[in-house]
Amino acid sequence: MDYPAILLIVAACAYVAGMAGALLLRRVGRLALSVGFGLAAVGGACGFLSGVTSLATGQAAARGAVTFWSGPAPNLRLVIQADPLSCFFVTIVSMLGAAIAIYSLGYSGAYLGRKSVGLLAALYNALLLATTLTFVAGNVWVFLIAWEMMALLAYGLVTFEHEDRETRGAAVFYFIMSHIDAVCVMLGFLVLFQAAGDFSFDGLRGVGAKLSSGQRDTAFLLFVVGFGIKAGLVPLHVWLPVAHPVAPSNVSALMSGVLIKTGIYGIARVCFEFLGGPPLWWGALLLALGTVSAVLGVLYALMEHDLKRLLAYHSIENIGIIVMGLGASLMFVSTGHPVLAALALAAALYHTINHASFKGLLFLGAGSVLHATHTRNMEEMGGLVKRMPQTAMLFLLGAVAISALPPLNGFVSEWLTYQALLQGFGSTDSLLRLMFPVGGAMLALTGALAAACFVKAFGISFLAQPRSQAAERAREVPASMRLGMALLAIACLFLGLFPTVFLGWLGPVMNQLTGEALAGRLSLAGGWVLAAPGANAGSVSTAAMTLFGLSFLLVPLFLRRMLGRRAKTVRGPTWDCGLQGLTPRMEYSATGFSKPLRMIFKALFRPHREVQREYEFSPYFARSLRFESHVEEVFEERIYRPTRFWILRVSRRVRALQQGSLQVYLLYIFLTLLGLLLWAV
Amino acid sequence: MNIDITSLIAQTALVLLLSPLLSGLIASLKAKLQNRRGPRVWQPFFDLIKFFRKDMVISEHASGVFAAVPHVVFATALMAGLMVPLAWVPAPLQLFGGALALVGLLALGRFFLALGGLDPGSAFGGMGSSREMTISAIAEPAMMLAIFTAAIAGGSTNLSQIVMAGDGHAGRFLEPAHTLAFSAMFIVLLAETGRVPVDNPATHLELTMIHEAMILEYSGRYLAMLEWAASMKQLVLFGLLANLFFPFGLAPGMLPAAVAQGMGWLAIKLVGLAVAVVLVEFTNAKLRLFRVPDLLGAAFVLATLALVSLFLFR
Repeated sequence: MDYPAILLIVAACAYVAGMAGALLLRRVGRLALSVGFGLAAVGGACGFLSGVTSLATGQAAARGAVTFWSGPAPNLRLVIQADPLSCFFVTIVSMLGAAIAIYSLGYSGAYLGRKSVGLLAALYNALLLATTLTFVAGNVWVFLIAWEMMALLAYGLVTFEHEDRETRGAAVFYFIMSHIDAVCVMLGFLVLFQAAGDFSFDGLRGVGAKLSSGQRDTAFLLFVVGFGIKAGLVPLHVWLPVAHPVAPSNVSALMSGVLIKTGIYGIARVCFEFLGGPPLWWGALLLALGTVSAVLGVLYALMEHDLKRLLAYHSIENIGIIVMGLGASLMFVSTGHPVLAALALAAALYHTINHASFKGLLFLGAGSVLHATHTRNMEEMGGLVKRMPQTAMLFLLGAVAISALPPLNGFVSEWLTYQALLQGFGSTDSLLRLMFPVGGAMLALTGALAAACFVKAFGISFLAQPRSQAAERAREVPASMRLGMALLAIACLFLGLFPTVFLGWLGPVMNQLTGEALAGRLSLAGGWVLAAPGANAGSVSTAAMTLFGLSFLLVPLFLRRMLGRRAKTVRGPTWDCGLQGLTPRMEYSATGFSKPLRMIFKALFRPHREVQREYEFSPYFARSLRFESHVEEVFEERIYRPTRFWILRVSRRVRALQQGSLQVYLLYIFLTLLGLLLWAV
Repeated sequence: MNIDITSLIAQTALVLLLSPLLSGLIASLKAKLQNRRGPRVWQPFFDLIKFFRKDMVISEHASGVFAAVPHVVFATALMAGLMVPLAWVPAPLQLFGGALALVGLLALGRFFLALGGLDPGSAFGGMGSSREMTISAIAEPAMMLAIFTAAIAGGSTNLSQIVMAGDGHAGRFLEPAHTLAFSAMFIVLLAETGRVPVDNPATHLELTMIHEAMILEYSGRYLAMLEWAASMKQLVLFGLLANLFFPFGLAPGMLPAAVAQGMGWLAIKLVGLAVAVVLVEFTNAKLRLFRVPDLLGAAFVLATLALVSLFLFR
């Protein structure tokens, strides 16, 4: 057995120990917290090492499935399989799991004495275990059990602060949606089982060839709905901005960073490995869904002034970008361009780990702000950069990364996506090829809107003067919380500055799914330059950009020495148009910042505004003012509300069947039996 | 890594020195058309020197971000200038980034500039930041599509490659894809450089300014760096438009005679574009903020048509 595999087992044991320890010690809150999250951090570190070394040494590619327990029937076995795709996702969950666990050592301290921290730590360990198991499952049984465990444990964590009515409602909504997705995934696997007669992933490989095209399309759509709900693809996303913000911030980070990625894992596993040989429209559908998710996600994020809801909407945007890559990759598979397929897939997977690192970082940052100010409302923050400078710098780094700005990691993966989309234009003669550049333009729109959104998120929350007493009294968070964030910031920097190293590790995964490892083709100049495949197709080097950018600063420095030797720097008040000093009420608010975009996209947002003003002499000197403004959530209002209405209406009718009398129920059973017998004949 | 040191130093000097001159030229041309004597073309140089000599006032409310902004904006603008081929090909930093990196670098500068607007806590700064981010967000897809059209035609996102691929195909200027993409890019240029139908670079009228509102709190050498960076960004976009859509006359390498000729062509192209921009500024009034999306929407439609025509005519 290889060392990475042993490390993975150690990680699983650490999670189990953490879970048991936290539960046993739950009466001693502080001890339970240290043991639970400490062991989770150890487990995460082991899992991370295991994943990275498996990929870097190529051991994962040679590894087969391992049966741990031969159950009563051939299909009821406990089969674990850590192939490259699994190892890649294990790396993500472990990296984030470890960083968040360290962060939680400080963050969860706030619950001591109020809530059972032991329970939180135990659930957290269990969730990490279940998620890891989902990724290394070797047959459908293990996968579905882990999938369901993951959904239930996440429900338990979302509802952790259940005293709040909003939290309970959100948790139930999440519960329902995750069961709809489980049903779709199960049905999808049943369709595959009909042809394969085997539930192991090995047996399902390439099963698509044995299915009729109708069955294949049905299976594909079932999986897209099932995994799409998990991932938060528009229009299946509505649960996400409701459920993620109400969970404790460390859990939100894990949910946004990893749990929604299980949907991406599912799509990649099923579409590339099991269904195989996709028709062109599958990829086109995914590309379209991804594009719509990306644009709508960021547009709704712009309208939010709840910091955590804003981040949750950005998860929808980023999932959209990932799915765009997956869709483009599927389209290239069906048109027979393995190199482009590998490129698009690399972009999607690169963005997957990027999103985990910067979204984890940002959610932890939001958690720190919440910890310090006790509010999620950006309009009550401000001036935090002076009160919590390190948190602010880490949040800024995450903001630059998520806005796809060079030299950080978001830029690299979007660069790869653009390259795939651009080269895709020549890949087919179908009219569908216009989707590539239009998708690229929408990606540009998404990127620019994301930048606008994070100027707002960082600028309004951290800069200028504090807008409330809570913000004024904010203090820097404990060192463990900053360390957790710093680890993820390092990941962002590494992935941004050394893309060719990481793409080398990704090689086995691309090889597994598309038959093309690609890694060597993407690197130039000894790995310092990232190049698109194809002769002179374009190249980029974030590391060189950083070095040159820093050296350019010598120009103003030199001029200052030459010209400005006598220039002084003085502190003065901001220009206030001759008033008696600026107050925070005069600053631009988050709502005001996004107003131009709200007006431009008013066909989508349908903004509603209500102003009530009381005055005596002139409307300019109001005595009191009430202002209310909100935007309509189209999917919630137009799709989900009517559906809910009809479901309730139908169930009220169906309730007539429920008589409460045993005889009537026996009659039902008899009639059903009769019906089934008739059908069988 | 093969970086041509001569090319690197020469283009750095070119970008640093030519950009204020271009700003001066536009201001002077505009004044002439308005029957004013106007500033001399060198005036921006004197302004920069003056700003470097002046004391700086920094707001009490501002944080470290405020001081970081001019540095980031300056470095990104200069870097973008070294990725665009101006008078010769290839551009010195072409290996380290092409069209996509250029858009990314300008966006990074803008991101920090907008933060610098918010940091001192003045309402003007917030207003400028909000509008800048809005306008750039709706300009970006049009710009990307226009660049895509050129990149697909040139088979690369490397700007020097696109230009070299286009050199010697004089008939390309008449192709519909080319003309449409150029028109789209020209509108984007007006928006990105803060020219009249979108923003007025000469204004300090409180409620209409965008770029000026963001840098209102800057003074001394920080202001010099920001003004210089704005000029460099303008030169980058002019150079991009000039060489992407009129790819001829660039020197193939660093031979003195060829470079001199390339500089001549560059001067002709820049003056031509400057005249076009000045004429637009002269004949149009500034649009209301909420009319700007219509203009940029038109640019987006033009760029889409450019792509569709690329699809139809190949």
